[in-house]
Amino acid sequence: MAKIIGGISVTHVPYIGRAIAHNLQQDPYWKPFFDGFPPVHQWLAKVKPDVAVVIYNDHGLNFFLDKMPTFAVGAAPEYHNADEGWGIPTLPPYRGELDLSWHMIDSLVEEEFDIVTCQEMLVDHAFTLPLELLWPKQKSCPLRTVPVCINTVQFPLPKPARCFKFGQAIGRAIESWDSDARVVVIGTGGLSHQLDGQRAGFINKEFDLMFMEKLITDPLWVTRYSIADLVELTGTQGVELLMWLTTRGALPGEVAKVHSNYHIPISNTASGLLAMETV
Amino acid sequence: MNNGKQKRVIPGTTMFDGDQARKGYALNKMCFSFNSAGNRAEFLKDKEAYCDKYGLNAQQKKAVLSLQVLDMLAAGGNAYYLAKLGGIFGLDMQDIGAQQTGMTKEAFKAKLIAAGK
Repeated sequence: MAKIIGGISVTHVPYIGRAIAHNLQQDPYWKPFFDGFPPVHQWLAKVKPDVAVVIYNDHGLNFFLDKMPTFAVGAAPEYHNADEGWGIPTLPPYRGELDLSWHMIDSLVEEEFDIVTCQEMLVDHAFTLPLELLWPKQKSCPLRTVPVCINTVQFPLPKPARCFKFGQAIGRAIESWDSDARVVVIGTGGLSHQLDGQRAGFINKEFDLMFMEKLITDPLWVTRYSIADLVELTGTQGVELLMWLTTRGALPGEVAKVHSNYHIPISNTASGLLAMETV
Repeated sequence: MNNGKQKRVIPGTTMFDGDQARKGYALNKMCFSFNSAGNRAEFLKDKEAYCDKYGLNAQQKKAVLSLQVLDMLAAGGNAYYLAKLGGIFGLDMQDIGAQQTGMTKEAFKAKLIAAGK
C-alpha cells in the first residue's frame, strides 16, 4: 500500500511567482521567506516522495461562480497552468496520477464526501507556486500529482471540522491505494491576510503562531471556530488555513515538526511554512 | 434577501455570500473574462462597451469606470475576480489596500511591516 511520508503547508501569494522568475530569492524583501525552504528541501531529498496530493483553493482560473464545487478532485493525465490575468508567468504542465485520483474519488464518495470530479482542470498559482518552491529550478515538477480544490471564494465555506474529516478521508484513501508510492500531502494558502474592504491589510501574528503550533500537537483546536470566527481572526483570505487543516487531517496519527518558518509580510500576507513528518 | 437570518458583522469586512454572489454576478463574470489577454485588450479599447456587453448595472459600471474598489465590493464584486481587473491597470495588492483604507501606499506598507513586529 502507498505510504504517506508527511505533509507540507505553505503560503501561495501570486507575487512569489514573479520573485522566482526574477531570481529575487536573496533580495532583502524576499530572503526571510525563501530562507525557510532549504531545510525542507533537505528533508524531501531524504524521504523522496514520488506523488503529491495538493490541497489548494482556486482563485478564478478553473472555477467560476456559474459552478462552484465545495470539494473537487482532479482526475486528469496532465494539469495545465494558464494566464490568471495579473501578469505572473505561466508554468509548464504537471503530470497527473490517474490511479490515485480514481482511487481517491471512489474512496471519498464511499465515505460520503460527494466531491466533483474533473478530467480537465486548470491549476492556478495556489497549486503551481508551492511545487515551484518545494522543487525549485527543475524543468518540470518531478512528482506525479493529484489536485484537490476547496472552495474559499463563495460562502458558505466548509466548516473547519468538516475539512479536518475530509482530510482524514483523503489520508485513508491514500493509505488504501494499492501502490508502493511514497506520497506527500501539500496544503497551500494563508496565513492571516485580508485583501478586501476597509480592513484590508489585517494580519494576526498571535493567532497564526498558535495555529501552527496546535496543528502539530492538537489539530482539533481550530475546529472550535466557525468560518465567520476565522474571517474575524485571520481575515477574509486567512480562511485559506482550511487547506493546512485538511492536510493535517490527511496525516495518520501523530506528526513531528520537520521545519517551520513564518514571516510578515509577503505582499499583504503573513507567510507560513510548516513541514510535518508522520511518525 | 437574507431569509431573516442574522448576519455576522465584522467591521470593514464583507463575506462573499449568496446575497453578494447574486448581486455581483455580472461584474464578477466580466472580471473572470480578464483571464484572457484578448478580453483585456478589448476592455481597454472601450471600457463602457465592454461593461455593457456583460450586462453590468449602473452601480457596477460606475464603480468599474472610476476604479473604486470599495464601490465594486458594494456592488457585489469578489476580491479574487476584482484582482484581475486591478491587474489590467498594473495595481498590486498594496495599491488596492491603500485605496480601500484611505492610506498612502507607503503608509499601508508600513502598517503591514508593523504587523510582523
